[in-house]
Amino acid sequence: MTLLTVSGLRKHFPLKKDLLGRGGGTVHAVDGITFDVAQGETLGVVGESGCGKSTMARLLLRLIEPDEGLIRLEGRAVGTQMPLTEARGKMQMVFQDSFASLNPRLTVEDSIAFGPIVHGLPRAQARERARSLLARVGLEPLRFAGRYPHELSGGQRQRVNIARALALRPKIVILDEAVSALDKSIEAQVLNLLLDLKVEFGLTYVFISHDLNVVRYMSDRVIVMYLGKIAEAGPAESVFGDTRHPYTRALFSAMPSMDPDRRTQQPPLIGDPPNPIDPPPGCRFKGRCAHAEDICGRGDITLTSAGAEHRVACLMTQPGSGHSSAPGKAA
Amino acid sequence: MSAAAVDVREAASAAPAAQFAPTQGYWRSVFSRLMRDKVTVICALVILALILMAVFAPWIAPEDPLKGSVMKRLRPIGSEGYPLGSDELGRDMLSRLIFGARLSLVMGIVPVLCALGIGGLLGITAGFHGGRVNTAIMRTVDVFYAFPSVLLAVAISGALGAGITNAILSLTIVFIPPIARVAESVTTQVRALDYVEAARASGAGNFTIIRVHILGNVMGPVFVYATSLLSVCMILAAGLSFLGLGTKPPLPEWGLMLNTLRTAIFQNPWVAALPGLMIFLVSFCFNLLSDGVRSAMDVTR
Amino acid sequence: MLLYLVRRLLYVIPIGLAVSAICFSLVFLAPGDPLSAVLPADASLELIEKLKADYGFDRPIPVQFGKWVARAVQGDLGISIATGRPVNSELARAISNTFVLAFFACSFGFTLGLVLGFIAGYWNGTWLDKVVTSLAVAGVSVPHYWLGMVLVIIFSVFFNWLPATGMGAGGSSEWAWDWEHLQFVILPAVTLSVIPTAIITRTVRALVADILSREFVTALIAKGLSDRGVFWHVVKNAAPTALAVMGIQLGYLLGGSILVETVFAWPGTGFLLSVAIFQRDLPLLQGTILFLALFFVFLNLLVDMVQTLLDPRIRRT
Repeated sequence: MTLLTVSGLRKHFPLKKDLLGRGGGTVHAVDGITFDVAQGETLGVVGESGCGKSTMARLLLRLIEPDEGLIRLEGRAVGTQMPLTEARGKMQMVFQDSFASLNPRLTVEDSIAFGPIVHGLPRAQARERARSLLARVGLEPLRFAGRYPHELSGGQRQRVNIARALALRPKIVILDEAVSALDKSIEAQVLNLLLDLKVEFGLTYVFISHDLNVVRYMSDRVIVMYLGKIAEAGPAESVFGDTRHPYTRALFSAMPSMDPDRRTQQPPLIGDPPNPIDPPPGCRFKGRCAHAEDICGRGDITLTSAGAEHRVACLMTQPGSGHSSAPGKAA
Repeated sequence: MSAAAVDVREAASAAPAAQFAPTQGYWRSVFSRLMRDKVTVICALVILALILMAVFAPWIAPEDPLKGSVMKRLRPIGSEGYPLGSDELGRDMLSRLIFGARLSLVMGIVPVLCALGIGGLLGITAGFHGGRVNTAIMRTVDVFYAFPSVLLAVAISGALGAGITNAILSLTIVFIPPIARVAESVTTQVRALDYVEAARASGAGNFTIIRVHILGNVMGPVFVYATSLLSVCMILAAGLSFLGLGTKPPLPEWGLMLNTLRTAIFQNPWVAALPGLMIFLVSFCFNLLSDGVRSAMDVTR
Repeated sequence: MLLYLVRRLLYVIPIGLAVSAICFSLVFLAPGDPLSAVLPADASLELIEKLKADYGFDRPIPVQFGKWVARAVQGDLGISIATGRPVNSELARAISNTFVLAFFACSFGFTLGLVLGFIAGYWNGTWLDKVVTSLAVAGVSVPHYWLGMVLVIIFSVFFNWLPATGMGAGGSSEWAWDWEHLQFVILPAVTLSVIPTAIITRTVRALVADILSREFVTALIAKGLSDRGVFWHVVKNAAPTALAVMGIQLGYLLGGSILVETVFAWPGTGFLLSVAIFQRDLPLLQGTILFLALFFVFLNLLVDMVQTLLDPRIRRT
């Protein structure tokens, strides 16, 4: 069952012009993204920093107003058919910076209870819920409820943030690089906690990360983003096992692997990620792509099916696209 | 704070988990750090003593501060019946200094408090809303920055005319812009933090976010900054009176006393200098107190 | 960078206008109707008519402001109520006297502040640092008008070394570079320099201590950089900020000179202000404040420009 549908989500940030009218331009942070998330699954979102992952996360919660696009939660359009407050109760987020995402002047318990109180739960009950959630994320309430964020370790704080996100009993939790700042050993513990919680509370995750190993471990399906657009999307085993887009392949080749057979033949990514300010038409990856041809600069390239549920935005996979490596029409 | 929460905390500190430092409220830890700073404690005690002296002036002062005797003008310090001498109209200096604390402290503290309220509100509004609201407020504030503070105080007071209310008004106007600037910059920083986004994501409205998440984190630094203005305000307020722009004779006020005694520096110099010593003392203590509060509130330590 | 300089230059226009607007509005702050606020008590009918026309009090306020600015730009700041002379001629004499005072105060205060600040910063944490830091706190806490009186008590009343007030023998207000005149400027200049000295000391101390604690400096010292080399390095890095603070302090010093000039009866802009207040001479008050504020605006501009040129790393928008 589809829980969340995102269609044509777009956000451009205009840049200020200087006195002589120079500069200006527009940052295409998120540029027409469409996907959906099924009840109970984990959707992984990967991409280099600056590709628009975090902007997308904030757009989903309407922390930033989108320029265009529609978000449907449980089939109802957020903002029109479903009030924003209700949507924000059903969708919650865990941020990367565990310290910055907790108010330093509130105790852990008060931070967790804040959301439920805003939604009208009586104070005592909200505290009760906060303490039971603390226990659930592995922090002994008697010891931790009255503490301040600076008295906790990074891993403990992130557990608090998870508890805070769960306090509103959401359907869906957006994890924006939620474990990226943690030590590897702590990271594993928190990931396993997330998996447990998902089962226990029947959650759905949108798991945003730049760490491919972690995404692979967590996700049922994966979206690969490049400069505000989706480059490749599909079931995790298909995207990781049968990688089609040259960008995804380059990204994966940069990923350290313990398996010598998987050592790459692909060239690693060269150059910096291109500027998201006023990108040229056509494929956004063409400047760094080993297979780029003239045709790649013409017109928009759409996500096209390349096997069951596996979609790719690359002319090389599209029969009859005009690219020399494209499969034949008959294929 | 409900009773249950307090219980939990007490239980936490009694819990066997002794490897964790006992949980302490932020303000309690600030207070305990303040208490360990001897200089700050002494300054706070001095100020407290002066405030008490001002409040209980009628009971402490040996004489009526307004009653003078032409026969007993400009008695030196230590003369009989006048432990700190007498002024140019034969009034008892000790009594006038004690009573003077009332107006001097009011004029030195009230403008900063008023400016803290108004400037804080303006700054938080500007910082929280950003965009055009911010530009409108902060550009107006910038204009007042184009005046050195003494000049601005003198300009407004000079136009309004002498008087305590006018002096307090002009000093309030002087201190609104710097406080608004600090409040704006702190609010802008706090607003961008993830916990504000998280609160918004919890469905909280602007008012709740400001009340729960912004105010508590902004007022601390702004308050510390405001305490550093107290010393300046004392000096400026007494300075306005010294120029004849604050209180009017015969009311006792240190700045005004300094002015009227100016002609007496050749006959009885040390008596003439006494009111200034009081201003210096208060301003010095305010300065050290402010430094102490600043380092005690530094949460990162 | 050039673009920033141009923009900074243009920014002076709105700020200057806004400053003028505030000075202009002072007339409306004064109790009573604005005409009587700018009118000498014994004004002839002729003068009343002329002032009415000049100020345009029957016209809407923006028009009045326009007229006022137009006249101010041409150097006409109205007529002093107290003396009946044009404000700008009163101002011209006072300004040169104030600059004499400011020159001495700055030379003394800036030098002392730099030296003390460097000492405290270099020997950061030692007893020397503590002494200097305490002095600096005392310096910003002292009511300078009172300090002036104390200096007069010590040096004029007790020792009779220096004159107590005025600018020259017999109430002269003409400056000359000789001891006759120089002795008059010493006490007011020292008094006026106390606050800038303290603030520059604090700033330089923090700058020097910060620069010396940075890792690359430690590395340079470890590599065997000579004391002179280290000194030069610190100067180079501290100069832009120190210069900026000194520039701003010069402005504050001019603004703050009103109290000190009153104590010492030094016939400068501050003394003029205090006369204007005492006589309720609003045009004189307005004109003097306008001049001092505009000077401060230009000083800020200058500081920003010099700092940008000295330290192009500072990128501003």
